[in-house]
Amino acid sequence: MKKKLVDKLSTTLFFVCALASIISVLLICIFLFAGGVPAMAKIGLFEFLFGASWKPSDVPASYGILPMIVGSLYVTAGAIMLGVPIGIFTAIFMSHFCPKWLHKILKPLIELLAGIPSIVYGFFGLMVIVPFIRDIFGGNGNSILTASILLGIMILPTIISISEAALRAVPDMYYEGALALGATHERSVFKVVLGAARSGVFASIVLGIGRAIGETMAVIMVAGNQARMPVDILKGVRTLTANIVIEMGYAQGLHRDALIATGVVLFVFVLLLNISFHLLSNRKLVK
Amino acid sequence: MFKKPMSLLLRIAVMLSAAITVLSLLLIVGYILVKGIPYLTPSLFAFEYNSTNVSLFPSMITTLIMVALALIVSAPIGIFCAIYLVEYAKRGNHLVKYIRITTETLSGIPSIVYGLFGMLFFVTTLKLGFSVLAGSLTLSIMILPLIIRTTEEALKSVPDTYREGSYGLGATRLRTVFVVILPNAVSGILAGIILSIGRIVGETAALIYTAGTIAKIPENLGSSARTLSIHMYSLSSEGLHTNEAYATAVVLLAVVLFINLIANLIAKRFRKGKI
Repeated sequence: MKKKLVDKLSTTLFFVCALASIISVLLICIFLFAGGVPAMAKIGLFEFLFGASWKPSDVPASYGILPMIVGSLYVTAGAIMLGVPIGIFTAIFMSHFCPKWLHKILKPLIELLAGIPSIVYGFFGLMVIVPFIRDIFGGNGNSILTASILLGIMILPTIISISEAALRAVPDMYYEGALALGATHERSVFKVVLGAARSGVFASIVLGIGRAIGETMAVIMVAGNQARMPVDILKGVRTLTANIVIEMGYAQGLHRDALIATGVVLFVFVLLLNISFHLLSNRKLVK
Repeated sequence: MFKKPMSLLLRIAVMLSAAITVLSLLLIVGYILVKGIPYLTPSLFAFEYNSTNVSLFPSMITTLIMVALALIVSAPIGIFCAIYLVEYAKRGNHLVKYIRITTETLSGIPSIVYGLFGMLFFVTTLKLGFSVLAGSLTLSIMILPLIIRTTEEALKSVPDTYREGSYGLGATRLRTVFVVILPNAVSGILAGIILSIGRIVGETAALIYTAGTIAKIPENLGSSARTLSIHMYSLSSEGLHTNEAYATAVVLLAVVLFINLIANLIAKRFRKGKI
């Protein structure tokens, strides 16, 4: 009898714990939306999303986050342009070009790259990339370009590890078949194996975008953070994430709620990305 | 013959990319180490922080407390959740689908959004204030998906014959889980927990508005304190103690390196033990 009770209790305990993720996501949604949606309504959804000026201390204050949305998109696009080709090519190198002993060295290095805290990346960017850009292109160095380069490096491990897994999941006979038809090693890998692994590779890009758009500390340290429409890739820019961290410390009233609403916009962006990642990775890697 | 130049080009591009990846890692790590190691002085590890000696010791203590608290909350919940998913849930259970989707969602949420949520929920609604407790509770949600996923994988890799054998001997499901399955999955689970320690140590954005930035050893769980990462952020944004910021970066890198190494070793042992 006692044994039955213990079994029942433990089953209930496991079940309750299993609900933790669902409860967390619900709580996060409820609190973020409850904090942000009223501000959006007060400012006006259109005015909030497409207003080009963010001047919370003016009278009357204006809360348009379009500059930050565009800023986030620019920086992310830049990171993708730099990080995706290098990441995918590195993944191809690791899956089809490098000898086994080299792979044993590379794999932990990539994991280390993923483990470096974003604050250390940001500090490196501040101390090395910012002066570098300043010396070469002029300006003060805190720019879209700087942030893009730094984020491009930061998304490399995400892209490499997922793409490599996708490439390795392609059956060997695809590659061998291409070779047998007379294709070179490179042609077989790029035309046949990469083609067969494309949905996994796309999924890695989507995750990379998610990482880049959500990155906060590293971007704050190198992007300049001016809340105006971006004009030039050598000029500063402020992202959605930076907007929250920079102003939350002293914001009050509607200003504070508008920052939470900025978080809501970011959250919705990331949810959309997650859904597309889900759709991509649920398709079979190999048809 | 005519396709050869293209092949050569691709081969060069592939090798170049791999070289760029490795070089950027070496550049980052090397630069931080070279600039920071000379400033790793004993005074940096002094017991107290003040404006002339920006000791990182208090923030190290805070980091340890934060890691412990977040794990105390998150490890049992995460492991039990994985046990439910792998050992208890029936196939095709709708709930399992929702648990998977929400876990994936959690792992994609940016840390600043966790920070906002922690501020709204733990700091304001539960009235914990900027405190170690609010910070570690926020972190415990953040590391939950990592623990669930790694534990799930570890449990799944225990062969079904073990389960059948245990049931065949008349053991209950609970006994099977604790006596047969968990001991065989323990190193996989451990590797996941160590990875989540790494995540906590490196976290900044989720903590600024939940744990605050006071640079003292916290008196109790209700007081505000900064972890090593926040300490480093403060140093580098103040711009007054660049050398100490380099040294702090060295400590952070060393911790992350060490954690990665341990996690890898454990994971390797786990895989070897299985085959």
